[in-house]
Amino acid sequence: MTATVEHVANIGRPLRRKEDARLLTGQTQWTDSIKLPGALHMTLVRSPVAHARITSVDKSAAEAMPNVVAVFTAADLGDLNARIPCVWPVTDDIVMPEFPVLAIDEVRHVGDVVAAVLATDAASAEDALEGVHVEYDTLPAVGDLEAALADGASLVHSSAGTNQCYTMNVPNGDYAAAKAASDVVVSRRFIQQRLIPSPMEPRAVAVSPMGTSGELTVWSATQIPHVLRVLLALSTGIPENRLRVIAPDVGGGFGAKLQLYREEILALVLANKLGRPVKWTETRSENMVATHHGRGQIQDIEIAATKDGILKGLKVTLTADMGAYLQIITPGIPLLGMFMYNGIYKMDAYDFSCTAVFTTKTPTDAYRGAGRPESTYAIERIMDELAAELGMDPLGLRRKNWITHEEFPYTTIAGLTYDTGNYEAATARALELFGYDELRAEQKRRRDSGDVVQLGIGVSTFTEMCGLAPSRTLGALKYVAGGWENCTIRVLPLGKVELVTGTSPHGQGHETAWSQIAADVIGVPVEDIEIIHGDTGRAPYGMDTYGSRSLAVGGQAILRAGEKVVEKAKLIAAHQMEANPDDLEFVDGAFRVKGDPERSTTIQAVAFEAFTAHNLPDGMEPTLSGESTVDPADFSFPHGTHLAAIEVDTETGKATVRKYVCVDDVGVQINPMIVEGQVHGGVAQGIGQALYEGAEYDDDGNLLTATLADYLIPSAADLPSFITDQTVTPSTTHPLGTKGVGEAGAIASTPAIINGVVDALRHLGVTDVTMPATPEAVWRTIVAAQSGAQA
Amino acid sequence: MIPATFDYVRPDSLADAVSALSGGGEDAKVLAGGQSLMPMLRIRLASPTLLVDCSRLAELRGISDDGDAIVIGASTPHHDVMHDPLVMAHAPLIARTTAMVADPAIRHRGTFGGSLAHADPAGDLPTVSLVLGAQMVLAGPNGRRTVAASDFFVDYFTTALEPDEILVSVRIPKLGAGWGYDYQKFHRTAQAWAIVGVAAAVRRENGTIAEARVGLTNMAASPGRAATTESALAGAAANVDAIAAAAAHAADGTNPTSDLHAKADFRQHLARVLTGRAVRVAAGV
Ligand SMILES: Cc1cc2nc3c(=O)[nH]c(=O)nc-3n(C[C@H](O)[C@H](O)[C@H](O)COP(=O)(O)OP(=O)(O)OC[C@H]3O[C@@H](n4cnc5c(N)ncnc54)[C@H](O)[C@@H]3O)c2cc1C
Repeated sequence: MTATVEHVANIGRPLRRKEDARLLTGQTQWTDSIKLPGALHMTLVRSPVAHARITSVDKSAAEAMPNVVAVFTAADLGDLNARIPCVWPVTDDIVMPEFPVLAIDEVRHVGDVVAAVLATDAASAEDALEGVHVEYDTLPAVGDLEAALADGASLVHSSAGTNQCYTMNVPNGDYAAAKAASDVVVSRRFIQQRLIPSPMEPRAVAVSPMGTSGELTVWSATQIPHVLRVLLALSTGIPENRLRVIAPDVGGGFGAKLQLYREEILALVLANKLGRPVKWTETRSENMVATHHGRGQIQDIEIAATKDGILKGLKVTLTADMGAYLQIITPGIPLLGMFMYNGIYKMDAYDFSCTAVFTTKTPTDAYRGAGRPESTYAIERIMDELAAELGMDPLGLRRKNWITHEEFPYTTIAGLTYDTGNYEAATARALELFGYDELRAEQKRRRDSGDVVQLGIGVSTFTEMCGLAPSRTLGALKYVAGGWENCTIRVLPLGKVELVTGTSPHGQGHETAWSQIAADVIGVPVEDIEIIHGDTGRAPYGMDTYGSRSLAVGGQAILRAGEKVVEKAKLIAAHQMEANPDDLEFVDGAFRVKGDPERSTTIQAVAFEAFTAHNLPDGMEPTLSGESTVDPADFSFPHGTHLAAIEVDTETGKATVRKYVCVDDVGVQINPMIVEGQVHGGVAQGIGQALYEGAEYDDDGNLLTATLADYLIPSAADLPSFITDQTVTPSTTHPLGTKGVGEAGAIASTPAIINGVVDALRHLGVTDVTMPATPEAVWRTIVAAQSGAQA
Repeated sequence: MIPATFDYVRPDSLADAVSALSGGGEDAKVLAGGQSLMPMLRIRLASPTLLVDCSRLAELRGISDDGDAIVIGASTPHHDVMHDPLVMAHAPLIARTTAMVADPAIRHRGTFGGSLAHADPAGDLPTVSLVLGAQMVLAGPNGRRTVAASDFFVDYFTTALEPDEILVSVRIPKLGAGWGYDYQKFHRTAQAWAIVGVAAAVRRENGTIAEARVGLTNMAASPGRAATTESALAGAAANVDAIAAAAAHAADGTNPTSDLHAKADFRQHLARVLTGRAVRVAAGV
């Protein structure tokens, strides 16, 4: 821990979250709750087909319907029909097709937007959708990634002449030589199915053209109000200083609200054009097709090792589904995984390549973990397959190859420098909690007796890179923005505190955690701190919340801003007490003259002096505040060991998580309860990918899992009570020693579960199952393995 | 997610409800707990012009003892049904199965009669009512009639109810002592509908199975009985092997649908596995 937090009173306490009462009862402002007098309600005519030419649009019936004010097509919008920019052109020759807000002549996925309807109430706007008649001349759907790359494939964007978005190869070391020096090579094809992020609150946007001082105000259920302001200005040409973007309370995002969406642009340009407020709230059905999806990759993985289980090399060949268009960082998602395929292991060579492909499906982009769940899955799954091939215990193989705690800082084959870690300690603790040996004994008993229910043990020893990100690194990766974060702390005249943060919470509990940090730095009670966030008018600088960055980066800004407050306050206090600043100590919010306890003053008293400014040191400016913008020194590398005991009913194929132990090392914990909550949610989401979720399309490009009755998300009733614990290996690149935790659970759990399912069935000849490992998929795998075994 | 415009009435008596319904013609619909109907309205899969709310009609609520049967009012919420002493005593299979329907919030609103009238092929209670030999009491403009469960379920989401008829109550014969029951519901998440469900009612006599009824959920457009299995069980020894041999025929003659949740052959496989399990539990084996 840094020396600047002299007296830790709040950091590390599992305080109840300040924001929970209003979030849980819904007694707050969601975007949809914002009522704007005279607002027009927007609904959207969406393509019901995956790919077609639009031959005609007849909107006359809709225009004649009651309460309908206007219907706009691409032709009606003309120059106002903005383009969604992609801000991560990962290669020089990347194909970046135009992405108009309203489709021009051609629709490219179910849910693509053909027209916008505005009416004076929401029901009329929805009724009017039936009055817009669009004729489509169907074109072939492009669904299969490999078929899309074949010669003569139908094209998603005919003007591009190809369905390939980009292809890249990044060799690290000499893979061919490493492979040649190996005794064993194991290869597998893993499929990262498409996932639908499904935050509890769908998206929503409301735009008022008459802000308090003439600006346009955009409320959006977004993770990124600051970035959104820049992107809205860029795409619409409306000057950024005329835009105020507010993310009120937001009900979850998981990356799906790290985006610039068509509906945000439409609401803005139409409100601006008509001079009336415009509001849109996504339906759940729209959310399934119109909010970006996650994952969607074919992973061809090859690992090479000696017969003693020493890793030599890894080869990763990805085929990544971009969907129909590039959203803001669609092409970059595989790159966020690129750095992590080697996981926690040492090896001589690692060859990465990725080919990105357009399909006639909803665009993909960041989803909890963004690239790292994919890479972690691949390495942790293939390690189990290698262990099986070598006849080794999966943890034994890992131990042989992982970076030991004495070896940090360690520069990996992928080029990152992991600052700290202690995989041995986390694994030892996890094993203790899990009862590994007993479960292995039970597994053997069940195998020997041919029990209907077989037991498997799944292992995942993961690390990940988060805390996005050093701005220069982002620049080197061709990402168009930086990765810094900003904080201002103001001590108000009466001693209460406003903490203005550039992070934008949507469920993470920043109001509580940030208060805990600031309370310790500036010595005021947690309750006295109000966190201001998510509003470019009140919190002008920020890079928002995603990539487990808010504490990892934003926390540093809080610390420095607080230190500046204390530095200034100390000068004032010294001046008032006629003491030398160096003779003052600052404890629990009080400045005391060392060795003279009678002479002291509080930070609150100093704040009042700074307000009246009657008696400040010469030349000092009034008011007591501190601002800091921090560019992080490096990424953050949380790690952990997750162990899952999985029961598989071999008759029905149903896999059940019986026991789940995770020991996460996220460095110093500000609020352990929030950490635990993040881990729980993440683990559940990762289990969702392993066993339940998957966007299924038919050959015509229709989304089959288009409701929450068909796209199954696990609930608490489907999950065991997770056993969580931690080891604490402080980060050395973060002054508080913290690391990120927002995505860790989702990154770690998926391979733990599938490793467990495969382990339960390996004696039956099973070496892999596809995700989601539904009962039917598992049953078919068992049947196929057994008929293969008999043949 | 906003339904198309419709009219809404909440009559005070069954007679008024029947006349409102018949006055509304083909496009009028009964509204009970709304747990199935409202989602269909919201995604505009149905657009009735009139909803006749029967959820609070006193004549349609509550459970009573009628000698050799118990009578469950159509508008009795699932939650009340599963905790009712009469149901627990005389039709424990209903109590047990209802506890597997959806989740507590839905069970407080959704109704027993609504489940039957809705006739979702994946619904659990239609199968159970078939196995128990339930009698549906319907009221229409021309008075009341009674339809056996075996004639009530006609097709996907289709029952013997005429558009102007209301399901009033359901008579469940008391099966008496010696019967054991089970319902095996196979679904992927706790709140999901059955991919396949199997209801079993078994009467044991002196170590043999005297009589067995096996009902199948989601193996056809309507709930059905596994006839070959039932006859193989009648008189069979109450042991694992005999039950397994009979259960192997549970899917005979079925032609279930292939959809997102399961292909037909997996459904047939599940029907066999679940029948074995349900009958074993019901027979106490
Ligand atoms: C998320 C979810 C999960 C569910 N899971 C299951 C499940 O696993 N198993 C299961 O069996 N059910 C399930 N259900 C359905 C639940 O059991 C409903 O309660 C039931 O299907 C409908 O009952 P209701 O009272 O809500 O009827 P409503 O939705 O009001 O009506 C349904 C239909 O029945 C008609 N109707 C209702 N009452 C009468 C009457 N008295 N006379 C004539 N017609 C009538 C209506 O006109 C309408 O067509 C689920 C529902 C939801 C929302």
